[in-house]
Amino acid sequence: MLKLVGVTKMLGGQPVLRGIDLDVPEGKLTTIIGRSGEGKSVLLKHMIGLLQPDSGEVWVDGVEISRLRGHALNEVRKRFAMLFQGAALFDSLTVFENVAFPLRERLRMKGPDVASRVDEKLEQVGLAGMGHKFPAELSGGMRKRAGLARALVMQPEIILFDEPTTGLDPLMAKSIHDLITSMQRKFGFTAVMVSHEIPEIFGISDYIAMLKHGKIAVMAEPAEFQRTSDPEIREFISVGGTMPLTKVVSGV
Amino acid sequence: MTLLALLGRWALTYVAEMGRMLIFMVASFSWLARPPLRGRQIIKQLHFIGYKSTFVVVLTAAFTGMVLALQGYYTLRKFGSEGLLGSAVAISMIRELGPVLAALMVTARAGSAITAEIGIMRITEQIDALDTMAINPLQYLITPKLVAGLIGVPLLVAIFDVVGIYGGHLVGVELLGVNAGSYWNSIEAAVEWKDVYGGILKSISFGLIVSWVCCYKGFYTKMSAEGLGTATTEAVVLSSVLILIWDYFLTSLFM
Repeated sequence: MLKLVGVTKMLGGQPVLRGIDLDVPEGKLTTIIGRSGEGKSVLLKHMIGLLQPDSGEVWVDGVEISRLRGHALNEVRKRFAMLFQGAALFDSLTVFENVAFPLRERLRMKGPDVASRVDEKLEQVGLAGMGHKFPAELSGGMRKRAGLARALVMQPEIILFDEPTTGLDPLMAKSIHDLITSMQRKFGFTAVMVSHEIPEIFGISDYIAMLKHGKIAVMAEPAEFQRTSDPEIREFISVGGTMPLTKVVSGV
Repeated sequence: MTLLALLGRWALTYVAEMGRMLIFMVASFSWLARPPLRGRQIIKQLHFIGYKSTFVVVLTAAFTGMVLALQGYYTLRKFGSEGLLGSAVAISMIRELGPVLAALMVTARAGSAITAEIGIMRITEQIDALDTMAINPLQYLITPKLVAGLIGVPLLVAIFDVVGIYGGHLVGVELLGVNAGSYWNSIEAAVEWKDVYGGILKSISFGLIVSWVCCYKGFYTKMSAEGLGTATTEAVVLSSVLILIWDYFLTSLFM
């Protein structure tokens, strides 16, 4: 469904991506890990056409999107949603208006239809009754939940998560992880997550991909990934702590 | 690197920047031809750029008219021509001071805020979020501001002109004793239609300059607090300088 072939990217004169080959499994949660500054967020932005590769191809369900612009690119983007690191909520709008935004602006929906869909999503992410608040009045975790509600409201086929738990305490990070996995299991969307949360991601992901020196060094299921013989990767994942080998599936 | 090469690089950089700015404006305006029109966004921006700038524009206009009358009165008195005070104030206001000062006030009050607002949206990835939702940021964010600048600034200039002329009346007629009939008659006799439409044309182009430059600088701000500060400063300075330069060209065209 989502596939990158030989993607390279230079930023500020420095090579960041040096030939990414990645085939994202459909309907699964794939987590991309790697050291800071390796280009994980850059990679994610290529998947949705926010950045264009210097060379290589990005395929979404048989459509090569890296050279698409304007309307054609937007047509592909309608299948996506993205949860940004800081949630990227519109700070001049309330939580309700933020979640309603794509419904109103893209689908031109109005009235009670919008309210029912927004309220449903807010309830699913645990923000029922918080719709009147502005983003500045929310905690970091609540902002991420609101961002997740906005991502889910259009029922996308693919959701990209850019470090969804950065800056949160461990309990809040766990609750966001649980929420993401439960939503992914419930709605079956393809999820790609960039995260530093080792070892937690081994418990929630279907696949783990390691970005190293601008390339995908390893991509495998969590159990297999942890058996890698690459000493650099072993060191990287071992500093995170104990690694659960069984996948935790949260209840919906 | 030789001096010539440095000069060439500098020139190329600025020409490329000007090209990007032009493309930015044309692309933003092209969205007017494509639905949805986003009338609510335009009215919201008109409220911000226009209505919320009214107080500072009225205040500036009143004192500009008053000081103009004060200066004009003592100059004209030397020639026994105090009766021409009204025309001196009105023509200065309508042709030059109204459009220029109102546009500079809008730059300082609304333009800087526009750059900061769009810049923060860029830094906090709100503009990227619009893109990911398949909503064009130019259409949603920029086009309404450009339209609001085009409509709002001329209306503010009209207010500036009227308030300025009444400010001149307050000082010239009420305080310094110029005959009220002379004040208004000289305005009627001296002000021509070409002065008025010259002022309107200037104000429309200044409105475009302010909203265009300030939106552009915010949209392409660097991803840091320092970058945002620099973008805001550049937006205000560039808008102000362009207003004054463009004012000279338009004035020489109308003369």
